[in-house]
Amino acid sequence: MLLAVSETMLETVWPYIRPLIAVIVLVTFVALSAVFFIWVERKVAGRIQDRLGPTRVGGRFGWLQTIADGIKLLVKEDIIPASADHILFRIGPYVAFCGSFVAFLALPFGDGVVAFPMAIAVLFMLAVMSSEVFGVILAGYGSGSKWSLFGAMREAAQVVSYEVPMAICVVVPVLVAGSMDLTAIARQQTGWFWNWLVFHDPFTFVAFWTYFTCATASCKRAPFDLAEAESELVAGFHTEYSGLRWSFFFMAEYASMFAVSGIAVLLFLGGWNPGILPFALTDAFGPVVGNILNVAIFIVKGWLLVFVMIWARWSLPRLRIDQVMMTCLKYLLPISCVLLLGASLWPLLMPDSVQNWFKYVVAIGFAVLFFFGFLRAAVRSREPFAPMPGIWEYQSRSASRTPAGNS
Amino acid sequence: MSTNELQAILFYLVAAITALCAIGVVVTQHIVRAATWLLFTLAGTAGVFFLLGADFVAAIQILVYVGGTLVLVVFGVMLTAQSPFISLRASAAEWAIGTVVGFLLFGMLAVSLYSANWNFPEPGQTASPKNSMNSVVLGESLLGFEEATPAANMTGFPPGAAPPSRKAVAYLLPFEIVSVHLLVVLIGAAYLARARRRRQATST
Amino acid sequence: MTVTLTHYLVLGALLFVCGALCMALKRNGIGVLMGVELVLNGANVNFVALAHFNPAFAVEGQIFALFVIVMAAAEAAIALAIVLNFYNNHLSVDVDTAEELKG
Repeated sequence: MLLAVSETMLETVWPYIRPLIAVIVLVTFVALSAVFFIWVERKVAGRIQDRLGPTRVGGRFGWLQTIADGIKLLVKEDIIPASADHILFRIGPYVAFCGSFVAFLALPFGDGVVAFPMAIAVLFMLAVMSSEVFGVILAGYGSGSKWSLFGAMREAAQVVSYEVPMAICVVVPVLVAGSMDLTAIARQQTGWFWNWLVFHDPFTFVAFWTYFTCATASCKRAPFDLAEAESELVAGFHTEYSGLRWSFFFMAEYASMFAVSGIAVLLFLGGWNPGILPFALTDAFGPVVGNILNVAIFIVKGWLLVFVMIWARWSLPRLRIDQVMMTCLKYLLPISCVLLLGASLWPLLMPDSVQNWFKYVVAIGFAVLFFFGFLRAAVRSREPFAPMPGIWEYQSRSASRTPAGNS
Repeated sequence: MSTNELQAILFYLVAAITALCAIGVVVTQHIVRAATWLLFTLAGTAGVFFLLGADFVAAIQILVYVGGTLVLVVFGVMLTAQSPFISLRASAAEWAIGTVVGFLLFGMLAVSLYSANWNFPEPGQTASPKNSMNSVVLGESLLGFEEATPAANMTGFPPGAAPPSRKAVAYLLPFEIVSVHLLVVLIGAAYLARARRRRQATST
Repeated sequence: MTVTLTHYLVLGALLFVCGALCMALKRNGIGVLMGVELVLNGANVNFVALAHFNPAFAVEGQIFALFVIVMAAAEAAIALAIVLNFYNNHLSVDVDTAEELKG
């Protein structure tokens, strides 16, 4: 009797509890991945700049560095400048974080593993992420500092411009798949990796790179991080922030990095499908085990794209603001329009055999290229560095000569 | 708790936020705070659209209004601000008249809405956002498929009379007109806002 | 406790009244623009609510709402261009200073 009552209660309450659980899981995921990405960012930055990065906190690799940073941020004094607009200054970080967090509600991590399934998921994600910029603008304007204001104005101009080519590039795979439902799009790419939409035709192939560039810009990541250009604007829009509010901006940034990477993975790179098996994992291992594998694959693919963003940040110099705007309006926008036109004409004008051959040749060629590039990098990373010309060579020579001179 | 009740609670919540923020837009004297309240109003309106089952319109509302128009508006504020936080006040008399007129207008509208008798057929079951076909139907209608928009009976006739029916129509021509209109606006706005010397700079 | 069409229409009316007051009371040109946006939103709420409660016009209501959103974006772009131009000429965004055409 009691059991029956609790079962019916569970049935009536479950539809309301499920979203709550999903939100808690997603908040945890976003926070933990931000912690992880900050550590990765510092390690990658260190290695690229020929340093070690964090090494001490939490053992050999500095695993716990971000936790230590977080505790430091929590106990920092919370300062609001006297000239700031108090309400706007307080609201800014939360608007930014909500914008990038709400996007995760529609992001499917596996076949059916999504907090809020929607038929227009990709449009919803783009829409919600576009409101993140408003938090940055509020922060920049409300700080009452000219550096913040400059940062916010740059951000407004940049994000509003880059949204246009980004949205058009998203339309290209949506056009090919015939759906805006991310789950449906990912299901279409089940099987071998030549089914991935990035290899579908030349236009989707270019659209992936264009999308990724625009996505980097819309996350205000280097080389497009004009909003916080520390060499000219102190710290841009978050100059006046400290403590927890400052960390909310960073949570928002890393969350939206993963969100745009997730969209790229689902639209172009086969979603949660491994790409090296001819069947869907949920068919082979059942819905539970298959979906656990799916989620793992999806997260790893997303992390790889985030890693590429980090890599680009520490390898490329920052653009000037006029160069940023020119890149968008003169190059990316026309390119994306041509891609949209081409992707809609390709299936009409090309015979089926050409379409299929293109898919196989490009996909396998790209895979071979990728594999050998990876192999070469792996082999060469084991070789000792050759002595570099210039000062390095001189020092190593003088170091080897000194003991000889003594003897 | 039934679905209806949950929907009612959600509606009252969203509607209260939307209404309060809309009042905030009017009351505040500070233009960027007004923009912030407007942001929450627009987001609340998008929430109302979601509750009404119009998911596509809601997403477009957020994308175009919040991500585009409102950012543009705040950008305009930043470009035209002379002191850090500009506020232009209306006089107390104007406020008094405004409040009275506003209450009268709202009262009139509310009374007429409550006394109106909408003899609509029962609303259809709204599909969940997962199975919503809104984007497909809207797209077909905008592309000119007349089947997408069903022929409807005219409304607003007395209950006894047989309502005359209406032909199914599609919206290809308005869609094209809107597209051309947007292009014209793009060129016009660029022409109007192009950099020019200020009059002061030339006179001194 | 069901939500009827009237509830939505009252919300739309409230948005409309707020927008109209905003247009009348703000002296900042950009504030007037925000009032226009509020009015258009009130109209949109009405369109979508009527589309939902009268299934025969389900498509029409949503399409008109979409057109209104597009028109609002266009209107905002032009109005901002005008305000910027106005600022260039008058060094102010106070709409009361635009009185050169007075006879």
